[in-house]
Amino acid sequence: MEILVCVKRVPDSAENEIEVKPGGADIKRDDLVYSVNEWDNYAVEEAIQIVDRVGGSVTVATIGNEDSEEVVRREMAMGAQNGLMLVDAAFEGSDGRGIATVLKAAVQKGNYDLVLTGAQADDGAAQVGGMLAAMLDWPYASLVNMIEVQDKKLRIGREIEGGNQEINEILLPCVLSIQTGINEPRYVGIRGIRKVASVEIPVMNASALGVDAAAVGQAGARVKRLDYFVPPAGAGAEMLEGSTDEIAAKLIELLKAKGGLK
Amino acid sequence: MAAPVFAFVLHKDGKADDTAPELAAAARLMRPDAQRVAIVTGADAGVDAVCQELAASYAEVWKFSGDVLAYPNAEIIRALLLKILPKGCTLLLPHTTFGMDLGPGLAVKMDAAYIPDVTAFDGVDGTTLKAVRQEFNGQVSTHLACDISKGAVISVRSGCFPAGESASVGGQVIDKSPEIGELSARRRFVELLQAEVGDVDITKEDVLVSVGRGIGDKENLPLADDLAKAMGAVVSCSRPVVDAKWLEKSRQVGTSGKTVKPKVYLALGISGSFQHMGGLKGNPFIVAVNKNPKAPIFQMANVGVVADVLEFVPELTEKIKTAK
Repeated sequence: MEILVCVKRVPDSAENEIEVKPGGADIKRDDLVYSVNEWDNYAVEEAIQIVDRVGGSVTVATIGNEDSEEVVRREMAMGAQNGLMLVDAAFEGSDGRGIATVLKAAVQKGNYDLVLTGAQADDGAAQVGGMLAAMLDWPYASLVNMIEVQDKKLRIGREIEGGNQEINEILLPCVLSIQTGINEPRYVGIRGIRKVASVEIPVMNASALGVDAAAVGQAGARVKRLDYFVPPAGAGAEMLEGSTDEIAAKLIELLKAKGGLK
Repeated sequence: MAAPVFAFVLHKDGKADDTAPELAAAARLMRPDAQRVAIVTGADAGVDAVCQELAASYAEVWKFSGDVLAYPNAEIIRALLLKILPKGCTLLLPHTTFGMDLGPGLAVKMDAAYIPDVTAFDGVDGTTLKAVRQEFNGQVSTHLACDISKGAVISVRSGCFPAGESASVGGQVIDKSPEIGELSARRRFVELLQAEVGDVDITKEDVLVSVGRGIGDKENLPLADDLAKAMGAVVSCSRPVVDAKWLEKSRQVGTSGKTVKPKVYLALGISGSFQHMGGLKGNPFIVAVNKNPKAPIFQMANVGVVADVLEFVPELTEKIKTAK
């Protein structure tokens, strides 16, 4: 099975306090800790496990700039055979449709049976996988948390509301968006990263991909982000302040009053 | 009069999904002057009851009843919608596991704009729709603008468009089942597997000590266990804790886990994503402990403490024990 996994380098929202620049044109990015999008990491692990079972190879692709290379190398260190960088100034400012347009071109330059994306990334849109599938005219399933390879098709589980699982059969080739928890992504040590440090990663730009630069990027975006902002805080929580001792004492009083201590 | 705004409504056991009145409210806010049309698909007798129910809040209810629509397989529903929706229309979906499955691909096939997970509308100026959504796990919001003249598929976040009380619009149900025709997809629904039952039922507990990513490691879970024991509470958790296999899925609070209704909810190291908060009902007294002062949970909690869970919790536990 030839598998393409689409990954994105994102600010880790669990590790960062995201703040908006004055004027709202962007968030403050200088001091942010970046990593591979969490969902994508599960997707790469799943692809590697599938190839371990049925053979084939895993290619990890990203759209970005030179900074994104570290993320591709990290995922290659997990066991993906190939990397692919899709880099062009024309891609900057793309909306979801623009990203899917670039990825579609990359898929068509290869010979893939299966394309995996993370279910969502830092913008929480959960859109690129479904758009890519529609552009390729391949079947699609989102929020996948189980994959079993069968003859020319997959048996998959989708995570739906209430922790229930929806089982489907889907024909290959197809696109799946992967939900976290589908597996336990392997740890990547510094040694693993060193091993792939000198592997050549091909870079493709808009013309190599045959992508019309006007259809992607800021110019091609139908959904335009006007600004970032932090909504005016509501009443919000009553913040307890003081020494740890004082805070704990106050909290115990409140918990008692609300029936939180039995 | 503006073109109609469509809403796709899911249902179960003859009742419309909770998102149905929210979609109607969202449609009203987006385009107050537009006619609202609900689309209902299914195969059983429950479809008719759902259509009648929806006629109170939608001017028209389009009913599609047929065996091929027995289960809402997004790939089949997409084929149907491409057949029956007028060109350039606007369709609202709930931003649920179904909406996420259907919306992006449908928008591409309709050549329409796709706006996911909208939390508010800022009005329509000519053909430009302005809307609000969130990024970075709710830490930051954005305004966006989108030309909807070629149509739009918009998914709306549940809980952001409260239905409110309004008089019935006395809409009419139109049976469009004859238009279904042949529908096929390369993805077939097989079965639904129910969530496993765990050792404790967190949905029945009055006091929950809930742990999130901030607990850091499985080895730190005894800190939460000890606190829960001292309080007479039960431990629950947010999604990352289950993903990391530190606790059973049956302990997870959220839209993809359990819906709980405690009196007191102590959230330790939980950022407060909308998927997590969506599982918390009944207006509990929420205490949040998080080291990130920007964590969205502080907007929703009653009381907040900015602290590292690993340092604060043992002190709190000790103090509760001595106070007893």
